[in-house]
Amino acid sequence: MGCCGAKELKEHFLDEAVDLTLIDDVIAKYKDVKGSLITILQYAQEIYGFLPLSVLEHIANKTGIYSSQVFGVATFYTQFRLNPVGENLIMLCKGTACHVNGADRIAEAIIEELGINDGETTKDNLFTLNHVACLGCCSLSPVMMINGETYGSLTPQKAKAIIKLIKEESLSAKEGK
Amino acid sequence: MKVVVGLGSCGIAAGARKVYEELEHQMKDNNLDIDLEITGCVGMCHLEPIVDIYDEAGHLERYVKVTSDKIVEIINKSLEKQQDNTYKISEIDEDALAKQVRIAIENCGIINPEKLEEYLEVDGYEALKKCLLEMSQEDVIAEIRDSGLRGRGGAGFPTWFKWNAALKEKVTPKFMVCNADEGDPGAFMDRSVLEGDPHRVLEGMAIGAYAIGAEEGIIYVRAEYPLAIKRLDIAIKQAREAGYLGKNILGSNFKFDVRIKAGAGAFVCGEETALIASLEGERGMPRLKPPFPAQKGYWGLPTNINNVETFANVPWIIRKGGDAFGAYGTERSKGTKVFALTGKIKKGGLVEVPMGMPIKDIIYGIGGGILNDKKFKAVQMGGPSGGCIPAFLDDTTVDYESLTKVGAIMGSGGMVVMDESTCMVDMARFFLDFTRKESCGKCIHCRLGTKRMLEILERIVKGDGKEGDIELLEKLAIEVKDGSLCGLGQTAPNPVLSTIRFFRDEYEAHIRDKKCPAHACKALITYEVKDNCIGCGMCKRSCPVEAISGSPKNIHEINQDICIKCGKCFEVCKFDAIKID
Repeated sequence: MGCCGAKELKEHFLDEAVDLTLIDDVIAKYKDVKGSLITILQYAQEIYGFLPLSVLEHIANKTGIYSSQVFGVATFYTQFRLNPVGENLIMLCKGTACHVNGADRIAEAIIEELGINDGETTKDNLFTLNHVACLGCCSLSPVMMINGETYGSLTPQKAKAIIKLIKEESLSAKEGK
Repeated sequence: MKVVVGLGSCGIAAGARKVYEELEHQMKDNNLDIDLEITGCVGMCHLEPIVDIYDEAGHLERYVKVTSDKIVEIINKSLEKQQDNTYKISEIDEDALAKQVRIAIENCGIINPEKLEEYLEVDGYEALKKCLLEMSQEDVIAEIRDSGLRGRGGAGFPTWFKWNAALKEKVTPKFMVCNADEGDPGAFMDRSVLEGDPHRVLEGMAIGAYAIGAEEGIIYVRAEYPLAIKRLDIAIKQAREAGYLGKNILGSNFKFDVRIKAGAGAFVCGEETALIASLEGERGMPRLKPPFPAQKGYWGLPTNINNVETFANVPWIIRKGGDAFGAYGTERSKGTKVFALTGKIKKGGLVEVPMGMPIKDIIYGIGGGILNDKKFKAVQMGGPSGGCIPAFLDDTTVDYESLTKVGAIMGSGGMVVMDESTCMVDMARFFLDFTRKESCGKCIHCRLGTKRMLEILERIVKGDGKEGDIELLEKLAIEVKDGSLCGLGQTAPNPVLSTIRFFRDEYEAHIRDKKCPAHACKALITYEVKDNCIGCGMCKRSCPVEAISGSPKNIHEINQDICIKCGKCFEVCKFDAIKID
């Protein structure tokens, strides 16, 4: 991509060398299906864990969709990540019910335990924290989801204990290897 | 003996999967002789995990808050007909269920959502059969018109009117879209219906598609609902195999198929034109209406969009007749509505009640009242697009007209209960923070206006509010409403306007007295040790910043310059000796 905005874009997107051929099957399947950009990006994120700049450019080149449109869609939806996530993804619910029942205090507990804010990853790459709008388990609020598992009726202490346990498991799994 | 474990998302979060796995293990390794089934969410989320045990005669015993280490004991006792009420559902909770009228969620928590046979047993696809074999397209629309069904997604537009507009369009192909992009934080009825009774939604869509003459259906589901997507996927495959989707459905000439489109996370995509843009693979930005989707929708073709709950009502209406549905509810709001009752409530969950029920009957009669018996302050209806209803208006009835009259909306049915410890200014800030982030950016008033309003609210909760801020908020609110194209911007100021309307004194306390009456805004409260402190030292030990000093058995003191107002001392004090001011 050689347009004048390219340089600026590189500052917003992580440009990492990845194997672009991994996505070719998906592109081949959806290239001629009108309106499949979101689907292609969803597959790309599944493959790479996030959306590297090179992949976005590759998709634009192969599908013929303007790269501005690809970037526009990738930055519009909250599901798409432009940076890699840590081994464990914490999704802290900030929905109304969770807010009323003290989600902010859970956020504080996570900062105390891991030192990360919304969108950040710990230095050891073990945890990434994402605030999400609603996980739909409002009766168990406050709620967080880690690696797809939901933890409800949280207190700051309970949240810390859960994170500690997952941290230990991740570390011992590494040692085992 | 049949054992049914409730495996909805909230049940799983409460530990139902572990109970289910324990039973699988017992069946395999210890020859436990039972029929094990799963079901969706019955709506009593506060009692999850819920296990239903049917004896040989088909008699049901419901057990609640079951744990994996107790389930075998419960089953054994039940097998031996021993009476043990420890885990049995209480009469009060059964009563709360009996007060409801279940139409859209009638099968949720009862049938196995992954088995077509179970849906067929409860008259599943009978309504579709009736439509295809006995009714014309106009007959179907007339029946829906007679029922008085209005869109359950929020705006409450008459369903028959939309269907009729789509039917009249001569251009083909037409599309039937199900809006399952449940974005209101605090509402989860669509998730529950999709997880608990997916065939019902497919049947509703097929009936609608027949009525308007569509051959392709799309369900736009939030990617955050993986279980709903999985169960829908299973249901679609089953329906195709059994001939309820595909060509020549039930021997007729009607042809219809459905596919799932996973949304990528954008609140604005709940707006129908934004949803269409998203379906076309673009950013979810609303388009100008008219032309309405019924005229020019998906790829410029006639498209009808309804919400999940709307579709879930359709098969019932066709089976039992529009008049039976219209017998529930009020003059202009017919039928029932599912509400997600959450927040500071004792018994949170999903409730389906006839329209026109007073709010207090829902909160106290079904929800069991306020958590920890605190004082009821207000209830937020309609999420970020709605408004709050204060305690003194708790006899307001839940129907489209009454809610609009008090400045709230029906919305998708989120009902978040707040008690005396919830600060209404902070709630307004919370909602505006949400809509500000979710604004797609197309209209300047929505994009910048919500940002400016949020800044004002942020400074008020920080104690930097100025005289005239309330008036400025009111002025901006009207401009944002007028200057926005879609529902998101037009309703974004509602939470601010309604909290100012009913809780102006709280705003004034923040701005003039620099106090937060609910003791929720950190910048405006102080923690102090009262005279009844016995000097146990608990607070001192728990303080993360060592702001508390004092020797044992003497009254302690908090250094206000160091205190970060985390509230730990207040939580740990067993003698109620910490005062918040």
